[in-house]
Amino acid sequence: MGKILMKGNEAIGEAAIRAGCLNYFAYPITPQSEVAEYLSWRMPEVGGVFLQGESEVAVGYMLFGAAGAGERVFTTSSSPGISLMSEAISYIAAAQLPAVFVNIIRGGPGLGGILPSQGDYFQATKGGGHGDYRLLVMAPASVQETAEMVMQAFPLAEKYRNPVMILGDGLIGQMMEPVEFPDHLRTAPSNKDEWASSGMSTRGSSRRNLVKSLFLDPETLNNQNLLLKAKYDRMKREEVRYEGYNLQGDYRVLIVSYGTMSRVCRTAVDNLKAQGLEVGLLRPQTLFPFPERAIREAAGKSTCRAVISIEMSMGQMVEDVERSVRGIRSVHWYGKCGGDVPTPEEIMEVVRDLDDGGCQTPGCICDKE
Amino acid sequence: MQSEVKFAGFGGQGILLSAKILAHAALEAGHEVVWIPSYGPEMRGGTAYCTVVIGDRPIGSPIIKNPRHLIAMNRPSLEKFAATIRPGGVILINQSLVPIGSGRDDVDELAVPVNELAVAAGSLRAANIVALGAFVARSRILDFTLLRRCVEAEFAAKPKVLRINQDALEKGRAAAVG
Repeated sequence: MGKILMKGNEAIGEAAIRAGCLNYFAYPITPQSEVAEYLSWRMPEVGGVFLQGESEVAVGYMLFGAAGAGERVFTTSSSPGISLMSEAISYIAAAQLPAVFVNIIRGGPGLGGILPSQGDYFQATKGGGHGDYRLLVMAPASVQETAEMVMQAFPLAEKYRNPVMILGDGLIGQMMEPVEFPDHLRTAPSNKDEWASSGMSTRGSSRRNLVKSLFLDPETLNNQNLLLKAKYDRMKREEVRYEGYNLQGDYRVLIVSYGTMSRVCRTAVDNLKAQGLEVGLLRPQTLFPFPERAIREAAGKSTCRAVISIEMSMGQMVEDVERSVRGIRSVHWYGKCGGDVPTPEEIMEVVRDLDDGGCQTPGCICDKE
Repeated sequence: MQSEVKFAGFGGQGILLSAKILAHAALEAGHEVVWIPSYGPEMRGGTAYCTVVIGDRPIGSPIIKNPRHLIAMNRPSLEKFAATIRPGGVILINQSLVPIGSGRDDVDELAVPVNELAVAAGSLRAANIVALGAFVARSRILDFTLLRRCVEAEFAAKPKVLRINQDALEKGRAAAVG
């Protein structure tokens, strides 16, 4: 099929269906309610299930239950809703079940606002729920990429038997762009016999699967955590994704930015180039695993004087950028999180200041003393 | 080359729909395109804004501070955005509701009695399509025949509404090119 014009939220719903997911449980919240609106008619059309839970807490456990029974399953929500699901996310990770969560971030903390934000970076990449678990986190920057990442999320969740999160901001969900869906084959989870508790006789297996997360014996629990860690280490080796922009030239400043914010930065990079200032842009497509080595190598370019993380938050990803750069360049931050997306003009000014040798951002992590 | 069109008015004027039809036409013409609503806690009668960005290469920032063109369907929209439009762009003013001009001498200002023309076409609700027809005819941002096809596709399921909107589109075009 050719390109069609679609809202990001609608594309998420269609992409999940193309990926063979026929179970969608959700509770509406702005700015992603169109996913539920779309799937409320589209799921029945393809023989799938759309079920609105009584709360996000319930939705999280609906995913847990359905995943445990071997079903491909996903949900979408926005920040406060993801907080409510976080307990179940921890349980799903502990029980090593595949599930896909989409967070179309709105401003926070608390109820915050409904406009675009990237304030849930920590929640997605560092925890959210309790315990030593990780989510594989993908951050799309266009409607097309959102659809592709949703379709990739299901096999990844099954490969690792771990929840995968798509982290978008309100604009990714609300804007319309041309999108093209490949004609995906709907395939059953290939490895569900290893984990699904679906009844030995019906699946013709002699293997007993038990879905649980309680391990009272300290050595058993430690071994369980080592097993999880081995999966997260494997993600770090095999799943890191990023995109470079203008990284071939002799850039003087390196911007690290993701999602909608990275598109604004791309325009700033183009405009600055036209004015004679070379700036590189590295866009993490996975936030966990984080492209640490790529950032360190890009920062190490001899012409590069400074690295800046530009994000719609008060400085979250910048901590990972600083960790990646390991002190070889000064690291800075610029951001906003009320819902006003920083403009290319704002970013150009911040980058010019950095090139002139002086960070002018109040509250930046750099030591200006 | 990139052009941005800001559609602005109050909720219920069909701002989002007319912007979507333009975006669809841009897609059909093979351009890169983004449609960005200003979503917020809005209600019927409240403000509604939407920007369509049309380009020849992948569109970077979807946040546009200074659009090239403006379609102002009510007075607050003109007052808010007239000063932000880049020189040389088209500012289309809904003369039926806006008794003032843009105050700009470096843009192509076009005042059209959009509401009256829509009523003449058969329904006030087609005012957005009158404005769309006038704007595309004046700015030549896209081929008018292609736009006509996209309007027809949008209303294909409702023959009566389709006829009204086809008429509205032509009335808008006639008003713009004189």
